Amino acid sequence: MSPRRTWPIAAGRVYVGVILFFLYAPIMVMALMSFNASEFYAFPLHFTLDWYRKLAGNAPIISSAWRSVWIAIVTTAIATTLGTAASLALFRYDFPGKRVLQVMLFPPIAIPWLIIGTAMLIFFFWVGIGRGTPAVILGHVALALPYVIVVVSARLQTFDIQLEEAARSLGASSWQVTRAVTLPWIASGVVAGALFAFAVSFDQFVVSYFLAQPGDATLPVVIYTAIRKGFTPEINAISTIIIVISMAVMLAASRHFKFGGER
Amino acid sequence: MAEVEVRNVTLRFGALKALDDVSLVFPDGQFFGLLGPSGSGKTTLLRAIAGFIFPDSGSVLIGGAPVEHVPVEKREIGMMFQSYALFPNMSVADNIAFGLTVRRVAGAEIRRRVGEVLDLVQLGGLGDRRPHQLSGGQRQRVALARAIVTRPRVLLLDEPLSALDKALRVDMQVELKRIQREIGITTLFVTHDQEEALTLSDRIGILRDGRLVQEGTPRDMYHHPGDRFTASFLGETNFIEGRAETDGLHLADGTLLPWPDGKRPAGETLTLAVRPEAIVLSSAEPDRSDDRAVLSGTLQQAVFSGATAICRVDVMGATLKVLVKNHELADLAAGQTVWLSWPAARSMVLREA
Repeated sequence: MSPRRTWPIAAGRVYVGVILFFLYAPIMVMALMSFNASEFYAFPLHFTLDWYRKLAGNAPIISSAWRSVWIAIVTTAIATTLGTAASLALFRYDFPGKRVLQVMLFPPIAIPWLIIGTAMLIFFFWVGIGRGTPAVILGHVALALPYVIVVVSARLQTFDIQLEEAARSLGASSWQVTRAVTLPWIASGVVAGALFAFAVSFDQFVVSYFLAQPGDATLPVVIYTAIRKGFTPEINAISTIIIVISMAVMLAASRHFKFGGER
Repeated sequence: MAEVEVRNVTLRFGALKALDDVSLVFPDGQFFGLLGPSGSGKTTLLRAIAGFIFPDSGSVLIGGAPVEHVPVEKREIGMMFQSYALFPNMSVADNIAFGLTVRRVAGAEIRRRVGEVLDLVQLGGLGDRRPHQLSGGQRQRVALARAIVTRPRVLLLDEPLSALDKALRVDMQVELKRIQREIGITTLFVTHDQEEALTLSDRIGILRDGRLVQEGTPRDMYHHPGDRFTASFLGETNFIEGRAETDGLHLADGTLLPWPDGKRPAGETLTLAVRPEAIVLSSAEPDRSDDRAVLSGTLQQAVFSGATAICRVDVMGATLKVLVKNHELADLAAGQTVWLSWPAARSMVLREA
């Protein structure tokens, strides 16, 4: 290969390297500092598990973490079920206003969460739901739903409608068709949609901040409040735990499902 | 098994009349080919009989019972799709067993019937394979096995052979016909391939613009087409126009072509059709008689294609095609005057001018 042909490849490698560096370097620094004895990020690094021990005793953070997890699980269950059902309906049937409905799925993804959060707070007070965990879950489901529908619908685009017709011609009811033929095909899309829903809920700060009552804040809200009072490496510790768990979940999921891939 | 019938079926897609007052009987146990160009409504008719779509008016009867309001899953039909539509997440055996599983047939009975039908389509031993591990022809057999294992009252085939290459397609035609005969199931077959329809069908129906043009046995349809459309859609045809008189069709140059059955059909100007293989080509003028049509023309071109050759002959400005055996080409040269003759009985009188 001539030298003129190699420099774009080298440039490409540098580009990828820079991207990976800026993505992962801050995370690595945070993880390292969660094991550093110095509270003020001083080098050299003295290994300690003190911050993890302190974290274990920090009741507000631990309880808010568990609250975040179960709110995310509930949100994921509701949003994935509703979103998958909605995607199937949009895929199978033609009805008046279908196009409008499909287009209306996108603005909630684009509108800043700060604005949506404010709007929800005002609206929930107006209709009498007010603040609290039900309001938080309602808000999270509303935010996660469009992601699930978009991801599952994308997967459905690769589905051959003749498979459903074949199943029906063999005597299968609508539910039997869905369970035996359609769901297995879109399973990877449903799992990807569920991961999105979980991430939207678990990462959610703005809407949770507005809608949660002071006593039952979610983890991102508690972390934010803690940072405002004064940063402690305990935050690094809980963040590191979360990163390890989420990466493990994503890697496990990607081994079993070809996201966006096609056989 | 059952006879299938559609009565005065009309079906609209918006402003488009996909089916326009179609009435047709599909006799019990016969292989019926639905033929037509794309957009003729043949697939729509098949899907209306299957129960995927419902006619705006008219009725669909299976075994004498009206089913036009019965959804597809309750119609006890078997259907084969163009793409085969095998379930990719199931093995061959599970694909075939699907219709029995949803009917809650017992496990032992399912295994017995799946084994039976796998043998029928000559795929014994391939039950554990996945659809993507099979060849096109094997997938087609699985799709057929899946469609017939539930012992449906009628088998519907939507261009099932169009995805196969030519050689395989001919094999599968023979195979399909054998299996259909063996189980004696009423079969409806949609195709745009006229040769396939002629080969496979006991009866053929030709559709055009949502209307039934003609229906009959393949031979009848081939030898007695009602109009230009049917004549040209089924096989190659030559058309000859002229003035209708008592003794025959008078062409512009005064040539007389006698009527096939001796009687003068109604109408002023008429079209006669004659198949390329009915015409005898000779370099010498043939003997004339009352029951033979004779024309002369100039040989333009002879296209050799192995056993046979197609000769194009200019007759009064029109080109007629003549099919000859290859050895008959020997004493013919382009540009020479040739004679075309055929028995008057092989002339086909068409409805339209």
